[in-house]
Amino acid sequence: MSIDLARSPNRLSLVRDHYAAPAFHVFAKVFGMITLGGVIGCVLFFLLLPTLIVIPMSLSEMDYIEFPPSGLSLKWYRAYFSDPDWMTATWFSLKIALATTATATVIGTMAALAIVRGRLPFRSALQALALGPMIVPHIVLGVALYLVFSPLQLTGNFFGFLIAHTVLATPYVMITVTAALQRFDPSLELAALNCGANRLQAFVLVVLPNIAPGVAAGAVFAFLASFDEATVAFFISDIGGKSIGRKMFEDIDFNLTPVIAAVSTVLVAVSLMLMGAIHLANAQKRN
Amino acid sequence: MIGQYLSLIGLDKHFGSVSAVTSLSLEIGAGEFVSLVGPSGSGKTTALNMIAGFEGPSAGKIVIGGRDVTHVAPNRRGIGMVFQKYALFPHLTVHQNIAFPLRMRGRSNKTRIATRVEEMLELVQLSSYGERYPQQLSGGQQQRVALARALAFEPPVLLMDEPLGALDKKLREAMQFEIKRLQERLGATVVYVTHDQDEALTMSDRVAVMAGGELMQFGTPTELYRQPNSAFVADFIGRMNFIEGSCIENADGTAVVRLSDDTVLSIRSKGLRAVGPSAGETIKLAIRPERVRVAKRGEGGAGCLAAVVETCVFVGSVHIVLVRLESRPDVLLQIQLPADGGLPFHERDQVDLLLDDGAIHLFPETERHAA
Amino acid sequence: MSGLSEVSPAVSARQPRSTVASARFYSRSVSIGLATPLIAALLIGFVYPVTRLVALSFEGGSLDNYRRLVAEPLYLDVLASTVKVAFIVTIASLFLGFPVAYLMARLRHGVAMVVAACVFIPLWTSVLVRSYAWVVLLQRNGIVNALLADVGITDGPLKLIYTQGAVIVAMTHVLMPFMILPIYSTLRTLPPDYVRAARNLGAGAFRAFISITLPLSLPGVFAGSVLCFVLALGFYITPALVGGPGSMLMATLIGQQTTVLLDWPFAAALSTVLLAVTLIFVFLFRKTLSLSKGLHSVH
Repeated sequence: MSIDLARSPNRLSLVRDHYAAPAFHVFAKVFGMITLGGVIGCVLFFLLLPTLIVIPMSLSEMDYIEFPPSGLSLKWYRAYFSDPDWMTATWFSLKIALATTATATVIGTMAALAIVRGRLPFRSALQALALGPMIVPHIVLGVALYLVFSPLQLTGNFFGFLIAHTVLATPYVMITVTAALQRFDPSLELAALNCGANRLQAFVLVVLPNIAPGVAAGAVFAFLASFDEATVAFFISDIGGKSIGRKMFEDIDFNLTPVIAAVSTVLVAVSLMLMGAIHLANAQKRN
Repeated sequence: MIGQYLSLIGLDKHFGSVSAVTSLSLEIGAGEFVSLVGPSGSGKTTALNMIAGFEGPSAGKIVIGGRDVTHVAPNRRGIGMVFQKYALFPHLTVHQNIAFPLRMRGRSNKTRIATRVEEMLELVQLSSYGERYPQQLSGGQQQRVALARALAFEPPVLLMDEPLGALDKKLREAMQFEIKRLQERLGATVVYVTHDQDEALTMSDRVAVMAGGELMQFGTPTELYRQPNSAFVADFIGRMNFIEGSCIENADGTAVVRLSDDTVLSIRSKGLRAVGPSAGETIKLAIRPERVRVAKRGEGGAGCLAAVVETCVFVGSVHIVLVRLESRPDVLLQIQLPADGGLPFHERDQVDLLLDDGAIHLFPETERHAA
Repeated sequence: MSGLSEVSPAVSARQPRSTVASARFYSRSVSIGLATPLIAALLIGFVYPVTRLVALSFEGGSLDNYRRLVAEPLYLDVLASTVKVAFIVTIASLFLGFPVAYLMARLRHGVAMVVAACVFIPLWTSVLVRSYAWVVLLQRNGIVNALLADVGITDGPLKLIYTQGAVIVAMTHVLMPFMILPIYSTLRTLPPDYVRAARNLGAGAFRAFISITLPLSLPGVFAGSVLCFVLALGFYITPALVGGPGSMLMATLIGQQTTVLLDWPFAAALSTVLLAVTLIFVFLFRKTLSLSKGLHSVH
């Protein structure tokens, strides 16, 4: 390790230390950095490993879970894609997630506009309430929704899920769109009005294109918040309508097969692709 | 000529209990270039926003070319505006930015819009830049695009909100002349907000000086400079020296004043207001730095003020001399002398100051300064 | 902005309707119109169900469910251990997460992106997937036991899964990103000049960190800790899959009451207690909690 004296902000003391006991100091510094680096490396490994370990597991040849797998095969993916129960749950969740993305994005964007740009009575109360579903334990919400949905036959029902997931996903949209609106220069909207655009034209032609990355990020978060949601889904699913989360929960609890690893890998792939898409969109926007 | 006249009649604007603009009345002629100047918080930007329709007045009327627009929405006023940081739409090209107001105002014929945009680009000398995005242009170029966008539909009134604030000094000066050239060529009525009084004096036909939400004086640059109607305007426009004193006598166009250093001056000046100070009143005498002559001690003659030179510096076109009155060392005066030859005075030189009679203004002591 | 927005409605109220009060803000009726779908969704899918749940716990106007909750030490033990587990998870996330956040904020852009990916990938992976991975890792014939045996530390497989330790490890893994991101977004906005100034004034790297960086990162530390703690209090999926009967938490207890014992009124009372504890905690720390911090750093 070399110490660039000319660029060091602490030049004098470094020089002094250097002359006093150079070997020890360099050693201590290197040792410290290696230790810190090691700790951070372990933490990152700890964060990443359990997420990615499902990938090799899903490729196992055996009928039980083993690691590392002794041979590679795609049989668990075939099993997943040919199992009508898994397919039904997957399509059900996909439909719910897409519908939730649409409702949460529209509702959240409108609410963010009202909160940032509007004159709203009880604004901060509404803001706090809107973020409530992120804070209130999902099990409480799950039990509560079951109590209300059950007599209305909304359990295991597309609309029941849509209501529940819209409430859970909207805060993500509100947060990202609020941030985008706060970065947006309001004089652009005034300029649009000045150029003769009415409010709606100003929003569609000027505001929306400029907050689009925030809206898109919110939409992706909303999709994942619904598609990956398991706790509330656990309570409002029933035999007639089961989300992929509920189906996974049951299978992990009762019959731990490598199919779950295959399903998990698909979920991880979906998340990674969507997050990657947001990242690329933002990077492009910056350039 | 595209410009029309603009009248502001008794405009008031208060935000809750805070008054931003108080009974502002201005008559601006067609094709006239008028600046609103004043320190921050003087209400000049609020006044501009009311003309643009971004803020509704609490009371008063706004009339453009005979049409009362007080309650008309901003998108129906047909006013052009150049914003402080240009407010060019970042997701649209230069061409699309300039076409935007034409599209919004119902010109659907694409070729006519394109032709008009080309004309505007040519006018601001950016013909080859149509397909670029605003971020790809320099500050001065963005400024010109903003100008082209605001003028594209030939607005009866063009508003400009500190449009040169983001540019460096050289470019500012170049743009001042360019804006002025365009305005004169098109005959546009311009209301220009700035806190820079030099800019206002350079560009405007008339200047409105505002302070604390009120109009202090409205006149040509020469009027404001030569006949300020208050200590505030005197101080805000250009540089001004103030010396306290009291009025001994004021009759027949001649005022006799005793200054704070006990010098007695008899002043016969155009600078005296119609109703000048009355005898016994405490006053402030004001004089511009270039209207003071400096002589060696004893060579000044009668009615001179004795002073000591603090510093004398060369600033290019002139020498600036800072002096303190001998009997009142707390009064520091700035004097400008034509710069020919070496430094005329040095530190601690004892000098006599001769005030140019015709350039002296007397204000009541109670009037506040700009600073 | 807030000043103006508070004042303007009063002004517009005094004026005729045709007046443009201020084009900077949407009019009150437009604003309310924009917020109406959200308000409707919240009332139907959030406020009403939660109110019904709380009402159910006071079934017949009695406090029987709560008397039972207080009388039985088991339930209070579960409540205590929920708070304890949430606390341990928060502290563990803080000590493990802070260095990562610090590194993310200090590294060059390219390298920081790699570290950020390590944080974001688990954050946006389903909690189910991650809990499943922990089940596989920690089970009796799982990877961790195999590894321990191979190295020769243990003779036979240890009982790792279905313990409180397993719950803590898995929850720390799941919640750590919520700690890292607020700290990171605070550290990233610190101008490096502060530390440079401290170093220039003679502080060593360690001193500069302790006396400058650490205190200035506290808002992020608090935000992350509160978020972590609140989420840990009500976590269901992970403890349900990784924990066992001996490591019952409030959420798993509620799950058991509803799915196995079908005692809904009592489950409602437990839910109300969990909700109350969460809300009290959020209320106490409402100033430090910033939900948006974590998400903002995505951009």
